[in-house]
Amino acid sequence: MYSGERLMRYLLHRTLHAVFLLFGVSLLTFLFSALTPGNYFDEMRLNPQIAPETVAALRAQYQLDRPLPVRYLHWLNAVAHGKLGFSFAYNSPVAPLLWVRARNTLLLTVTATLLTWALGLPLGVWSAARLGHAPDRILSTVTATLLVIPDLVLALGLLILAVRTGWFPTGGMISVGFDELSPFQKFRDLATHMTLPVIALALAALPTIVRHVRASVAEVLDAAFLRAARSHGIPDRKLLTSYALRAAANPLISLFGFSMGTLLSGSLLVEVVMSWPGLGPLLLEAILARDLFVVIGGVLLSMIFLVGGNLFADVLLYWADPRIRVAASAK
Amino acid sequence: MKQPRKFTNWLVFLVLLHGLVAGAGFFAPYDPVEQDHERPYLPPMRIHWMDVQGNFHPRPFFYPLRLREGSFDQFEEDTATAVPLHFFTRGAGYHFVGMVPSHLHLFGSTGARIYLLGSDAYGRDQLSRILFGGQVSLLAGLLGAGVTLFLGILIGLAAGYYGGWPDDLLMRVAELFLALPWLYLLFALRAFLPLSVGPVEAFLLVVVVIGMVGWARPARLVRGVVLSVKERDFVRAARGFGASDIYLLRRHILPETASVLLTQAAILVPQFVLAEMTLSFLGLGVPEPVSSWGNLLATLQQYSVLVSYWWMYLPALAIVPFFLGYLGLASALQERFGTYKMEEKSSGSRT
Repeated sequence: MYSGERLMRYLLHRTLHAVFLLFGVSLLTFLFSALTPGNYFDEMRLNPQIAPETVAALRAQYQLDRPLPVRYLHWLNAVAHGKLGFSFAYNSPVAPLLWVRARNTLLLTVTATLLTWALGLPLGVWSAARLGHAPDRILSTVTATLLVIPDLVLALGLLILAVRTGWFPTGGMISVGFDELSPFQKFRDLATHMTLPVIALALAALPTIVRHVRASVAEVLDAAFLRAARSHGIPDRKLLTSYALRAAANPLISLFGFSMGTLLSGSLLVEVVMSWPGLGPLLLEAILARDLFVVIGGVLLSMIFLVGGNLFADVLLYWADPRIRVAASAK
Repeated sequence: MKQPRKFTNWLVFLVLLHGLVAGAGFFAPYDPVEQDHERPYLPPMRIHWMDVQGNFHPRPFFYPLRLREGSFDQFEEDTATAVPLHFFTRGAGYHFVGMVPSHLHLFGSTGARIYLLGSDAYGRDQLSRILFGGQVSLLAGLLGAGVTLFLGILIGLAAGYYGGWPDDLLMRVAELFLALPWLYLLFALRAFLPLSVGPVEAFLLVVVVIGMVGWARPARLVRGVVLSVKERDFVRAARGFGASDIYLLRRHILPETASVLLTQAAILVPQFVLAEMTLSFLGLGVPEPVSSWGNLLATLQQYSVLVSYWWMYLPALAIVPFFLGYLGLASALQERFGTYKMEEKSSGSRT
């Protein structure tokens, strides 16, 4: 079998799994939403200025008077047409609403992911190479400290630091008058606004990643084949980068997929704390306004991000680990 | 052996911390909802032994704060009147550990009120609010973990013991719960429950929501234990003697899951306390005037508070020693039982 075909097969398998997960999440959230006491129109019904007929007509328009399975199918149909349902509060389809916010959330999380791994990988390898010595001890203390500071505490602390020092802007994504700036100024403006939330996210994710990299590299460094390689006189630097890291890649790539979920959750919180116009503030408003389709859409979207990240991790894994390739072709 | 000692140390540390919060009525000088409209946003006060003349006083005292002249938000110590601190004094009534009515406080003063950690917008004592808020947050975490473990045990036992299609179905649903980012899941569950309710209902809602989020991981772990235990000889022997399923599950299989459950509890409790903080911080949890660590932090969402009153951030730091204690306890338990490695502790465990 060609390797390309094998990869496709493997990917197809993983994608089917992902689609199953998405389907399950949508069904689950829909079931929950059916159990909800009260919805957006209940508040309207209490308003004496709105006629009961109007509320009933609106309910009919949004098909809230239909039985649950019909509503679910209707919603699935809307999803298939890229609409994701309808927001009552914004009086517009959910998808475009979510998309603008999701772009901002992705901007944060992707940058934070890149930063975390760019820092965590070398730090972890460095720590493993000097296992038990001073640099490793210091780094371990730092990661242990960061580990006991929850993200909410960290984000608020950074915000207070920013306010008191004035080093960073303390909220929003762009300054007033952003449109008049030159492209370079626009970039700089965005970057300064991003710095604080990205640092908050990266600091929260960093200890886990450094510790895992350290643990898996240290384990590999102890393996027989690496001791053999060392005794053949291969320089330490090469041992670490091209032998140890490669062999330690498997659990780390799985961790990459795993850490996406934590990062998305963290981002939700950091966005609210630092008023970044991402999914976090939107979902919070939607919950407070009982705008259920926005909530369902947001949860589903987070799941799509997660599945996307995991698929990416799967491809990486396929590329990095020959055992997976063999297992995939044996099926 | 080193490990058992480590385990005991962490346990003692945690018991002391919880004792401090459980006995909030005694350790806090004031009632947490008692207001003083004359003194909003007072900064933390200092305790002195030496007065301005340089004389030593055996009884510690403090100087009440007054506005600096020509200023409307800068305070200075009013050194004319030293107010002595009294220990084991009579103060506002409370119920010790929620049961025994009492008036005894660790310290207090007559005349001026002392704000060791400052006061909030209504002149309420921040220290008292943090201590009492801890009761709400910790109880939510503990009860939430209880609900989660209970669900986890039920589902794990059923799936592992009976197998077949219920097992498949339950584990697929567990996969869904594990896959979703926890805060999104928390949001989704919270979104589908009523919003404006009283403090007690809100607290119970939070417990239910938090408890329903995390069952998947303990369920999977319990299932794993059950799968291996149910084929062991002593279980087979008991079954051979005609023991019923319920008896087998209760007497022989459930005790085997204890180590897994203990470790999970140590991991879950701090995360659930944090979950309560997050919900209340966002205004989806326990409402004012009841204090919780989360809604105490909610005032920081106002820019003016963020800029001027740094002591409103102090409730955030209260959770850090608890995190430290539980993390230490969890890793000591893991070392002791040796069931899993570091991975279970830190990676996807925020489910």
